[in-house]
Amino acid sequence: MNHTLSIVVADQPGELSRIVGLFSARGFNIETISVGATLDPQWARVTIVTRGDDRTIDQICKQCARLARVREVQDVTTRPHIEREMALITVNAQEGLQRQEVLNLVGVFRAKVVDISHEQIVVEASGNKEKVEAFIEMLQPLGIHEITRTGRIAIGRLSNVEVVPTAELEEDLFAVAAH
Amino acid sequence: MSAQAALLIPTEPLFPALEKQPMPRGAEILIQALVHEGVDSIFGYPGGAVLHIYDELWRARDRITHYLVRHEQGAVHMAEGYARASGRVGVALVTSGPGATNAITGIANAYMDSTPIVVITGQVPLPLIGTDAFQEVDTVGITRPCVKHNYLVRDVRDLGAIVHEAFHLARTGRPGPVVIDIPKDVSAERASYSRLDHIRFPVVAPISRPDKRAVSRAALAILQAKRPVMYVGGGIVNSGAAEELRAFAEALQLPVTPTLMGLGGFPSAHNLSLGMLGMHGTYTANMAVSESDLLIAVGVRFDDRVTGKLATFAPHARVIHIDIDPANVGKNRAPDLSLIADAREALAALRAEVSARDHTEIVRSITQRTRWWDQLRGWQREQPLRFNGSRDQIKPQHVIRELHRLTGGEAIIATDVGQHQMWAAQFYPFKRERQWITSGGLGAMGFGVPAAIGAQLAFRDALVVAVVGDGGFQMTNQELATAIQYDLPVKVVIMNNGYLGMVRQWQEMFYERTYSEVDLSVAPDFVKLAEAYGAFARRARHPEELSEVLEAALAHDGVSVIDVVVEKEENVFPIVPAGANARDMIFQSEGV
Repeated sequence: MNHTLSIVVADQPGELSRIVGLFSARGFNIETISVGATLDPQWARVTIVTRGDDRTIDQICKQCARLARVREVQDVTTRPHIEREMALITVNAQEGLQRQEVLNLVGVFRAKVVDISHEQIVVEASGNKEKVEAFIEMLQPLGIHEITRTGRIAIGRLSNVEVVPTAELEEDLFAVAAH
Repeated sequence: MSAQAALLIPTEPLFPALEKQPMPRGAEILIQALVHEGVDSIFGYPGGAVLHIYDELWRARDRITHYLVRHEQGAVHMAEGYARASGRVGVALVTSGPGATNAITGIANAYMDSTPIVVITGQVPLPLIGTDAFQEVDTVGITRPCVKHNYLVRDVRDLGAIVHEAFHLARTGRPGPVVIDIPKDVSAERASYSRLDHIRFPVVAPISRPDKRAVSRAALAILQAKRPVMYVGGGIVNSGAAEELRAFAEALQLPVTPTLMGLGGFPSAHNLSLGMLGMHGTYTANMAVSESDLLIAVGVRFDDRVTGKLATFAPHARVIHIDIDPANVGKNRAPDLSLIADAREALAALRAEVSARDHTEIVRSITQRTRWWDQLRGWQREQPLRFNGSRDQIKPQHVIRELHRLTGGEAIIATDVGQHQMWAAQFYPFKRERQWITSGGLGAMGFGVPAAIGAQLAFRDALVVAVVGDGGFQMTNQELATAIQYDLPVKVVIMNNGYLGMVRQWQEMFYERTYSEVDLSVAPDFVKLAEAYGAFARRARHPEELSEVLEAALAHDGVSVIDVVVEKEENVFPIVPAGANARDMIFQSEGV
């Protein structure tokens, strides 16, 4: 099963490679990884999506926590949380019907057009993995030229109650539609 | 300026010492910080990138003695031998590039065996980093997987704090090696330094106190166990838990089996000791674990050389795992109960918990294990450690027995890796912790001689013996010069069978006697070699010479080397083949 790990590590040169090196040295798998600042500039947050049974995940967390500059390791998958990733997609959009279709999909998925030429459009989509993948899936027949995707980031929910905003309900719908 | 104002300006500085003295150079800060950490000995080898440091070391030679080794691997093994014998942090100093790469084996060894050492490496000046400069290597990159932590010092103002944190990290929690990589220009630049300089990143203190509820649950499980075994390792030695372990085991009459790393953590000759566990452990220890209903694992990591096939290791036992490193717990075997704690504190807490209970409960606990002890004694009688004697060839096991007799069991024994190591582990009963210094996890040939030298430095008056093979000896014998130079009178016993013995044994047993590239019979005359270094040297070829030669070498007050020509194809028994069950133990060679 996929787990999203949130690791707070000192924002210093070489610290990320310690974490990445640990994964490869111990045979753990990294599906996605993303790094960014936290509120405190001394610390950075590394979000890693990895796969494994409970014991493997437990080992990964413990091994990461052993690093001298790692302050905390959380498996956010174990509690209510929100996950997002982003994709930039260059898709064929010849003026006319094809472009209309791209713009329709952009509207449906609440994506954004960020660049345009006579033949192609660059769109930006963000959401959970399912939404981004559904979007890509829908664009596929139109001819995707290039995709750049971020790793996943995650944050804990404010309360344990699942507050599902309407937007997300729609996203879930898309997820179903894509499959 | 008015005359009045001029009066207020002192012509002499108020604190001349503070104002006149230039701030110390990086190299000087390093030395001061080392002194503040209690360092009085460094093993090292100079080179271009550490010239400033060596310059400063020379000035500070009344405070820190530098021991010039002959190869950087030797320096790090010596630092480890020193640390393992004394419990203090060992320190090695090497230059950049090849100095650092030669040190890697030693660093990896200390990492695998959880030994506290600090290795200082020189680095090319900051502006040259990344330019493939002369003797440049990415030391923090290369050492990252085999250190507890490492640093590239980019600013001289951080140096003092880094040194203090490095020592703290090396010695706390599960100990291990820490590398400090210092660019040459950083060691030349000046900064202020105070011994109170501290790190900007809070180090999370490892948990050392065991959880109370877990302790009482563990105590109850132990009291109720019918076939318990204490499986104890290097954590006992590192935490200084030997006495607590003995008190606890005695209080409940629990059988104890140490791992290779745990030898000395429990007296080998104690009536509760089952002998060593694992691949070359005793029949009794391995059978006991196979039949046990409760394994009390303390300071161990369920290493494959102990467990064999993991799925069938201690198949009937519930497991209580006590370790300071949470990552060790559940890594190979999921415990039923774990105590993340310092071994000594955990054992003390367990003993307190047990002794607080009703005396009759303890008596009942002990009596219900009578049958278990009967069975254990039965196994001991059935398959004791043994070997076939010989009249015309020296048996390596006999060498260890003789060594034990002649040293009164008091010597500090350091070894290389291979057959001689296992025979030493099996046939030299250890009395106390830190008496046994071997390369366990990494299995690095060449460890014995330098480790013995380091141990000898820690205890100048102790009898320190390096038991090595002819193969391993040839990997680091150059350090005899270091021993001679500093008058560190180690005794080296070479178990010379002209073979890479353990590999040969495996080829004999598991590869139809295909002796592929294990013949080391072309070797120097070790007696002449040792004499060339200036050591006292003797050779024993026949069983009747052995005692006299050993005795003479042990009695010599300087460095001595004994070349013991032993039976060439003797095997280490028992053996649990790699990946097999304890029950698949082999006790002797099949008929040829």
